[in-house]
Amino acid sequence: MARKIRMASAAFLVALALQLAPASAQEKDFIFYGLTFEQFEYRAGADASNDALAWDGDAFIGNDEWKLRFTSEAEFDLKAEVFEVLEHQLVVQRLATDFFDVKAGIRYDASIGPNRWFAVIGAHGLAQQWFELDADLFLNERGNFSARLDADYELLLTNRLILTPSAEIDLSFGSDPAIGVDDGLVSAEIGARLSYDLIDRAVSPYLGVHYERKFGGTADSARDEGEAVDALYVVAGLKMIF
Amino acid sequence: MRKLQKTLSAAAIFAVAGGAPAMADVYDIKVERVTIDSGDFKRTGVGFNGGSPGPVLRFTEGEQVTLNVTNALTESTSIHWHGLILPYQQDGVPTISFDGIEPGETFTYSFPIIQSGTYWYHSHSNLQEPEGAFGAIVITPKGGERVQSDREHVLVLNDAHPHTSHRILRNLKMMPDYYNRKQRTAGDFIEDVKKLGLEATLSDRADWGQMRMMPTDIEDLQGFTPLINGKGPEQNWTGLFKPGEKVRLRFVNASAMTYFDVRIPGLKFTVVQADGNDVEPVEVDEFRIGVAETYDVIVQPDEDKAYTIFAESMGRSAFARGTLATEDGMAGFVPELRAAPLLTMADMGMSHGGMDHAAMGHDAPAAVPVDHEAMGHGAMNHGKMADAKPDSFYAPGSGLEPVAANGGKVLSYNDLRAANPLYEDREATREIELRLTGNMERYMWSINGVKYGDAEPVRLKYGERVRFKFVNETMMTHPMHLHGMWTILDVGAGQWNPIKHTVSVPPGSTVYTETEVDAPGQWAFHCHLAYHAASGMFRKIVVEGGPDTADKPGRG
Repeated sequence: MARKIRMASAAFLVALALQLAPASAQEKDFIFYGLTFEQFEYRAGADASNDALAWDGDAFIGNDEWKLRFTSEAEFDLKAEVFEVLEHQLVVQRLATDFFDVKAGIRYDASIGPNRWFAVIGAHGLAQQWFELDADLFLNERGNFSARLDADYELLLTNRLILTPSAEIDLSFGSDPAIGVDDGLVSAEIGARLSYDLIDRAVSPYLGVHYERKFGGTADSARDEGEAVDALYVVAGLKMIF
Repeated sequence: MRKLQKTLSAAAIFAVAGGAPAMADVYDIKVERVTIDSGDFKRTGVGFNGGSPGPVLRFTEGEQVTLNVTNALTESTSIHWHGLILPYQQDGVPTISFDGIEPGETFTYSFPIIQSGTYWYHSHSNLQEPEGAFGAIVITPKGGERVQSDREHVLVLNDAHPHTSHRILRNLKMMPDYYNRKQRTAGDFIEDVKKLGLEATLSDRADWGQMRMMPTDIEDLQGFTPLINGKGPEQNWTGLFKPGEKVRLRFVNASAMTYFDVRIPGLKFTVVQADGNDVEPVEVDEFRIGVAETYDVIVQPDEDKAYTIFAESMGRSAFARGTLATEDGMAGFVPELRAAPLLTMADMGMSHGGMDHAAMGHDAPAAVPVDHEAMGHGAMNHGKMADAKPDSFYAPGSGLEPVAANGGKVLSYNDLRAANPLYEDREATREIELRLTGNMERYMWSINGVKYGDAEPVRLKYGERVRFKFVNETMMTHPMHLHGMWTILDVGAGQWNPIKHTVSVPPGSTVYTETEVDAPGQWAFHCHLAYHAASGMFRKIVVEGGPDTADKPGRG
């Protein structure tokens, strides 16, 4: 954990240093950076016993062609005071086509249960009809392959009031009983968040719903542990872009 | 020696012509942090001698000017004399003309003034120009003005933004529609279904969605406050006149990103000059001024009343407003902004064949048959006159073609005729094709698909006459500016083609210009939209041969 924090702060310091590099009117290679929290929210469950805090954020630095990107995703169970999800990735991203980047790097899961390292390769970009897609293939330290597909869409109700439906599915091509993951469809999440751009696009409060569900053997092992297989939340949070 | 003091700048801006211009020889200009107050926001920016815009520099044709430019910033700076013909070492582009001016240093520019007209100057360093580092230049012709007027005003337009220029570029790179608050919404979808039917609306949305482009993408940058001589619409810059006087208005568009459609309800403009060069007078109701262009117009207000100078941004996200009045404090009627135009498939280059989509920087579909009515053109609400001839400088069926608010005449490039051709007309010795290219979704801009950082210079031979073919393969309008040499815009008038320094190339269009390569050295050539230039729509031009080009740096 401490190691990851060091990594993130190093990337941040690099960003600060490069920000000072002057750009001329005819920039040879503009270095830019960004910090985004797509989600930073309170999740209120059907009964208060499974309320959670969650975030999905990323920080990057790079140029048009290359980017170094750190992402972090978490769901913290407020009752049990454990991270149901705590996952970080550090990837190098490279322009591949007009609308898609390819990426490769590492992922580290520090969720409840044994921690896991993964190698990541994937693609990220904008598909036709404005769907933002993120597809990743993972290989963990136990030799298990898994995959994830994430899609977002922004529906402009007005130019500031935006409904963002999203969906994510996780697949595993092997089982890892220690972390309760079985072969096949592992889990899926769908959500819809209605945000309002309060300050530019920097701060956009939102309300929404979020539903997640485990499947197959992964669901069975959750049941065995006495955990819920699915959960529906009403969410309130802030989307932030800096 | 005449020193330009802070207090002089206001006086210079409001100076009334007719008095004998001082034979200025030495100017002191300090580049420094200044306060920008748009009326909507206040922030620190960059200016000259305490203000933004900087003082109007008034030169006389034939004089030798010396300009001591002192850098009071904490970063390197420069001043480029936009449109002036001078030795390349005096052109003020860091890395091309000279090394730039380091903090605390003074660089002395010295060059002869061999032309007349309205021009401007601005920093060519580190996105300082969008921060406010610009000002107007007025050069009095040796033999007096070709068209006489009783008084004149200089009007410098710009698009002041509450965000710093670096933040703007970073936001655009991170999210190209960061500033676009004119995107089509669910409400527009319902309106279009009512107007065009569900099928046509869905097919329209699918076409744009397939390209991953937006018909509302006319102004990359919104959220600015347009200023006239540093004053926002509420601050109402005012120029005085006496009824019946002929008033010359020298418009300079010093914006980072914004084109303006300019009119003064109740008055006609007689356009007498474009980019510093006199043109045969042409009467219009309205004109569009591209970024970095200048137009001189004559107006003759007869009534003792306030006339509103109204300049709407091309994407209609904001307007500049000032007043011509018989005394200070008067205000005229301020019109509403007109409805925003929408780009059409014609602007995407879909209505003429042969577009190289791969090179355009997106995997767009092959050209599809276009139904302009269904494409939103019919929904544009712009009341075009049925008998108006389309402006051939826009793609046929373009949504961007300007229309006069009063149904009258808008200036077209086709109306411009050089009053004093500078060169004999002759066949160009060769043609160079420059495709204006980009990838909006990544906010990458380039020429012939290559960004400045990766490009070889364009090499020209001294003495040749080059014909440039600009093919705009992007969805944006690009004001292309060649330093150091004139750009003769081909409007089909041969010897009478107008002579400019900045030529606007609308989306989906092809524009031809010719240049007599008569200035040795190396020069900048770029799109004058600040964030396009900074992103790579830029080239170095090297002129080979010609008179001795030995480096003669400024005495600094």
